[in-house]
Order: sequence, then C-alpha cells, then structure tokens
Amino acid sequence: MSLPPGSSTFLWPTLFLGPLILGLVIFFIWPIFRTLYLSFTETGAFGGSTWVGLANYGELFSDPELPQALLNTAIYTVFSLVGIPLALVIAALLNTPGLKGRSVYRVLYFLPVVTMPAAIALVWKMIYNGDYGILNQLLGMVGVQGTSWLNNPGTVLLSVAIVGIWSSLGSNIVIFMAALQGVPPSLYEAAEMDGAGPVRRFLSVTVPMISPSVFFITVLSVIGALQVFDLVYVMIGPDSAALPHAKTIVFLFYETGFLKHNQGAAAAIAFVLLVIILALTIIQFSLQKKWVHYE
Amino acid sequence: MSETRTVAAAAESPTGRRPRRQPIVVHVVLIIGAIAMTFPFIWQVLSSLKNFAGATAVPPQWVPDPWVFTNFGKVLTSMPFLDMAINSLVITVVTTAGHVVLCTMAGYAFARMHFVGRGALFILVLSVLMVPGQLFLLPQYEIIQAIGWLDSVPGIILPGLFSAFGTFLMRQFFMSLPAELEEAARLDGANQFQIFFKVMLPLAKSGVIALTVFSVLGAWNAMLWPLIVTSTQERMPLSVGLSQMLGLNFTDYPTLMAGSLMATIPMIVVFLFLQKQFIAGIAFSGSKG
Repeated sequence: MSLPPGSSTFLWPTLFLGPLILGLVIFFIWPIFRTLYLSFTETGAFGGSTWVGLANYGELFSDPELPQALLNTAIYTVFSLVGIPLALVIAALLNTPGLKGRSVYRVLYFLPVVTMPAAIALVWKMIYNGDYGILNQLLGMVGVQGTSWLNNPGTVLLSVAIVGIWSSLGSNIVIFMAALQGVPPSLYEAAEMDGAGPVRRFLSVTVPMISPSVFFITVLSVIGALQVFDLVYVMIGPDSAALPHAKTIVFLFYETGFLKHNQGAAAAIAFVLLVIILALTIIQFSLQKKWVHYE
Repeated sequence: MSETRTVAAAAESPTGRRPRRQPIVVHVVLIIGAIAMTFPFIWQVLSSLKNFAGATAVPPQWVPDPWVFTNFGKVLTSMPFLDMAINSLVITVVTTAGHVVLCTMAGYAFARMHFVGRGALFILVLSVLMVPGQLFLLPQYEIIQAIGWLDSVPGIILPGLFSAFGTFLMRQFFMSLPAELEEAARLDGANQFQIFFKVMLPLAKSGVIALTVFSVLGAWNAMLWPLIVTSTQERMPLSVGLSQMLGLNFTDYPTLMAGSLMATIPMIVVFLFLQKQFIAGIAFSGSKG
C-alpha cells in the first residue's frame, strides 16, 4: 500500500467500514422502510400483497387485542421498574466500606444475568405452579394462601415481572456500584458533619450524585420491558387461562406475523411499538432536566 | 474520611461496638437477597435429580426421593440435545467473532479517521440503535428466505454479524484513547491498518472484552430470531429447543430441568472464569451510556 498515511483517502474508511455499513443497510436500514411498506399492505391467501392504506392500523385499534396487549405491556413495565430502587439499595449495601465477601455476593446476584431466559422461565414455571409449586408451599408456612400464579389473570403479569426483575437485577447492581464508587467521600463527610444519618445521606447525597446512572437504567429498563417476549413465551402456555392477560406487544407481533402469517398487521404492530418507545424516551429525556444532576 | 468516622463512632459508643453492628445488618440483608437470587438454581438442581412423581408431588418434595441420576442421560435421547448444543456453540462462536471484528474496525474508523460522509454514516448507525429489533424481523425473514437459508444455522447467524450497538460502543471507546501514540506511529510511517492493529487495538483490550462478553451472552441466549427462523428440532439452538419441549404429551419436568442445567452450565462456567471481565463489561456499558 503506497498511500500516504493519515491523508483522508477513500480506501481505508471503505475497508474498515464497508462490510459493516453494507450489512447494516441490507439487514437493518432497508427493513425499516420495508416494514413501513408492509404495514400498508395485506397478504393475500395465495401470497402477494395488496395496498390497503391505513386499514391495518384501523383494524388493530378497533380489535380489542392490541389495546389489551398495550395495557398488559404497560402494567408489566410499571411492575418491572420496582427493580431499579431495589438494585440501588443492594448496590449501596455492597459498597459499605470494609464489607467482607463483596465479590461473592456480586457473583451470586449476577448469576441470573448470564442464564438463558428459556431455562430461567422453565424453572420459575415450576416454582409458580399452583399445585406442586414450592412458592405456595413457602407462602403457606407464613400463612399466606397462594394461587395458580401463571394461570390467574390477576397475578400473571406480576409473576412474570418478578422473574424479569430477578434476572436483570445483577447487571443494574453492577452499573450502580460503578457509579457509587465515583461519588466523592468528602460529600459524605460533610453530610455526616451536618448530622445526617445513613438513610438521609443515601437520599440527599447518593441518589442525586448517581442520578445519571439512575436515568440511564430507567430508560433502558422501560425500553427492555416494552419488548418483553422470551419469559412470556416460555412461561405462559397457549392453554393458559391467563394468556389474554399476559400477551405483550411483542408476543402479539410474533403471533400475528409468524403464526397467523398476517405480515401487514404485524408490521403495523411493530410501528406502534416504535412510536411508543420513541415517545416514552423523548418524555424521559425532557423530564431529566428536573431530576438528573450532571457535574 | 476514616478519621471523621472514628470520631463520630467513638462519640456514639465508647466501646466501639456500633461500627461493627452496621455491617452485620448489611450482611443479613445481603444474605437473604443472595438466597432469593440463587434459590431457583438450587431448585433446578434438586428437581433434575427427582423422578416425575417427586417433581410434581404435593406438597413439594425438598430432597429427591429417590435420587435419580438418569435424567441427564434422558435429555440426550428425548430431544436432539447434542445437535442443539452444537448449533448454540457454532452460532455463539461465529456471531461473536464476526461481530467483534466488524464492530471494532467500524468503531475505529468512526472515532479515528476523517473522511467525507462520516457524520451521515454515523447518524445511520444511531438510527438503527434507536429502533426496536422487532421492526427488522419481517424483512430479515424475507431476505433469509430469499437466499434459501431458512431453518439453518447460517440463517440464524447472518443478521447478527452486524450491530449498531457494538459499533457505537467501540467508537466511544476509541474516542477516549489518547492521540499521541497514534501520531508517533504515523510519523514512523505506519499505515492506518498498522496503527489500528499494533497501537490502538492493544489499548482497546477492555472495550473488546466488553463487546465479546455482550456478544457471547446475546448469541447463546437469544430466542426470538432463532425461533422464527428454525422449524426443525435438529437445527434449533438450545434456547429455542428447550422452550419447544414444554407441553409435548406431558411435561417431563425432571428431564427439562436437567436439560436447562446442561444448557446453562457452559455460560455459568465461562462467567465464573471471566467474572471480572463480565462485570466490568456490564459496568462499562453503563458508564458509556
């Protein structure tokens, strides 16, 4: 290669970026436009598609399935947010000065993060079982009457959300621990001098100082919860009485597009999801000025 | 800091017992949490060692009675477990290798090269980053169908080689490296590839490890895309294969738990060996977000 090093040539960027950009365009950029197009079409009985304008969107909102899926996903998302304060408290406890066994705790809390969602869902399905599930046995010991958690419309989303929280807690703890280590000790000293106890110090020093991480995790948790699929797919069987109360947006998308082969409607569902994610993310970014403190 | 603490503690309790009591409360809370976090794994192991009657006994059986060790063998005969495990392995290794190489090179180009159209191309990457994955699935399925790769391992792998997230992560990482070394190498007459390979890549080790960790976890555990692409059990990865075992005739829970364990253990072993890198990788992504 006789090209002068450092000069802005065409060759090096093409070599370094070319394969990736080509792949992104074929598998990600083109699909965005293709899905948009599909959302305005209807697949015929013998293949081929016809332009139907906004009909798919109209049908989605007049059919109770999508509104129900939106509601289910919203409930799941709200439940799953409980994991954030939980992770923050555990991270703060793990950062106690001089704490012994920190790395052991960290490994134990992190274990679910590396575990296959299908395997997680299968064991929790057993734990939640209304007849032979160990959860009801444990609850019985403290005098609480259990239920068939995954078949009961009133408990199914909470039950799945608990598994979601359990499996993502470890990564949130690790991110919070990294953030907590960046808080200058002098702030705690000053607060202590002012007579602030541990709880007061946590709320007045720790939480504001790591608010950028809280914000980051909240945005990602909301986006992740809106796209939940694996846990619901494995834990809630097609014969479950609670399935209508557990169908999330992505579950409905999968069912519509790949089981019922209704591509147009599935594409429309995907766009509804995109709009919701964008809207919620924009709202969160505009609200952050009120509570996120950057140095 | 320690001085202030000692003074405060001494003022509160001259015997010095107060500063020791706090960690005990902390330990109690953390131990209860750790039990809750590990209990499902323990239950999985116990269930995999029971017979069917034991796994579905009312009230639940804590200790297997009798102890059954044949479930692990049964996994291999009741489902094409070995085929699925090999599929998972191939998918994970090829996806990770391709994805890490492509994203590292692209991230480097975005961070360190000046060329026409860089800004526009980077906006393209960011736009992919912000769109939920479901939006790509229908057309990706059409493409894989068109090249005749449905129900195949290459069909599962192909779209996963290209990632906007990985490119963004590596760009952020390369941006944070000092420019001096690069300039020195340039004065020595090194070309872009030599600078990348000999100077910048060794410095970017922790970023590459973080990306590798994400990639391995994502590829081994992925479910929706392989579920869509595959229809034959022998071509499925474990993540999909296990989920398909539910409800066939009756659900043989002990065998299913044995299979789940066998599908999970490789990742847990890798994690235990590389826990620092795993945890740093996750923390790294958080701080860069």
